[in-house]
Amino acid sequence: MALETTVIQDKLTNKFGEHVTGFIQLHDIFSFEAAPDAMSEVMGFLKNDPLLRFNFLTDICGVHYPDNELDRQFAVVYHMHNWMDNVRIRFKCFLNGDTPEIATATEHFLGANWQERETYDFFGIIFKGHPQLKRILNMDEMTSFPMRKEFPMEDGGRTDKDDRFFGRTQDNC
Amino acid sequence: MSNSSDIKMADAPEGFTGEGFFATKLDTVVGMARANSLWPLPFATSCCGIEFMATMASHYDVARFGSERMSFSPRQADMLLVMGTIAKKMAPILRQVYEQMAEPRWVIAVGACASSGGIFDTYSVLQGIDKIIPVDVYVPGCPPRPEQILDGIMKLQDIVRSESVRRRSSPEYQELLASYNIS
Repeated sequence: MALETTVIQDKLTNKFGEHVTGFIQLHDIFSFEAAPDAMSEVMGFLKNDPLLRFNFLTDICGVHYPDNELDRQFAVVYHMHNWMDNVRIRFKCFLNGDTPEIATATEHFLGANWQERETYDFFGIIFKGHPQLKRILNMDEMTSFPMRKEFPMEDGGRTDKDDRFFGRTQDNC
Repeated sequence: MSNSSDIKMADAPEGFTGEGFFATKLDTVVGMARANSLWPLPFATSCCGIEFMATMASHYDVARFGSERMSFSPRQADMLLVMGTIAKKMAPILRQVYEQMAEPRWVIAVGACASSGGIFDTYSVLQGIDKIIPVDVYVPGCPPRPEQILDGIMKLQDIVRSESVRRRSSPEYQELLASYNIS
């Protein structure tokens, strides 16, 4: 018997109450939103519950929503996968735009180490308790977080490129 | 001496010939020797590197131009071929490779990325390797065909052939290196 999404939703709401909200089936993946303070417990429950058994952390990534209210300007997205029933789940935690901080997932999955460093590198989201939170893909000397929307994608030091040939007007460069 | 006509000899440089002697400038002899035995150091990071693999394989055969063997040590190389996108994080490594090469050394930027950053007009990509090291020849293309890379090598041979043996100790050359902060 496959793992039904209603079962997942009931178990989560019974356990965490209003810390988990916004359950929705988006295309082929069941999604919800978790309070950032409860993230670690939610992940541990999804992993260790004998029925849910989401044993694999597929991905962690960040999203920047600069137009949201201050408390919801960053999101961390967690994808998990139950290999036994072949069911996937996704949940988001929204973070404050000025102090984006959330607990690390490395205590549940060691593989989260790389993914959290990458998310820190590009979004500046602090994962509290991470064993080595430093840049992983960009240069160590870099001071900004390039995937934030206010960051200009083009290299500011470029001298030999004519913006007209790159489909850009003078305004956005 | 073989009489076979398929052996191609390098042309003798300009000079005076007489009975039993030939006189020419040291510059031209050294230039000819250097130009016909350039040892390449491939620094390949992406698709231009694949084109270079074809260039050095039997079909196009860069060995015809005296580049008998790829030198994978910068200390025994004359010609640095940079092929592919150079991320800013990789720039210090490329620079170190260039600094480890002994004089005389030449650089070819193969392809759009090495020459100008190419389509990668973004914060993480170096906008042309001439931002960090001096470049002698630029090969256009995305990626260039092996014929174009060979043409770039032949252009470099022209430069090498006509280079003065004193160039590397000239104040202009020191100034060029100083402008890149290479001592």
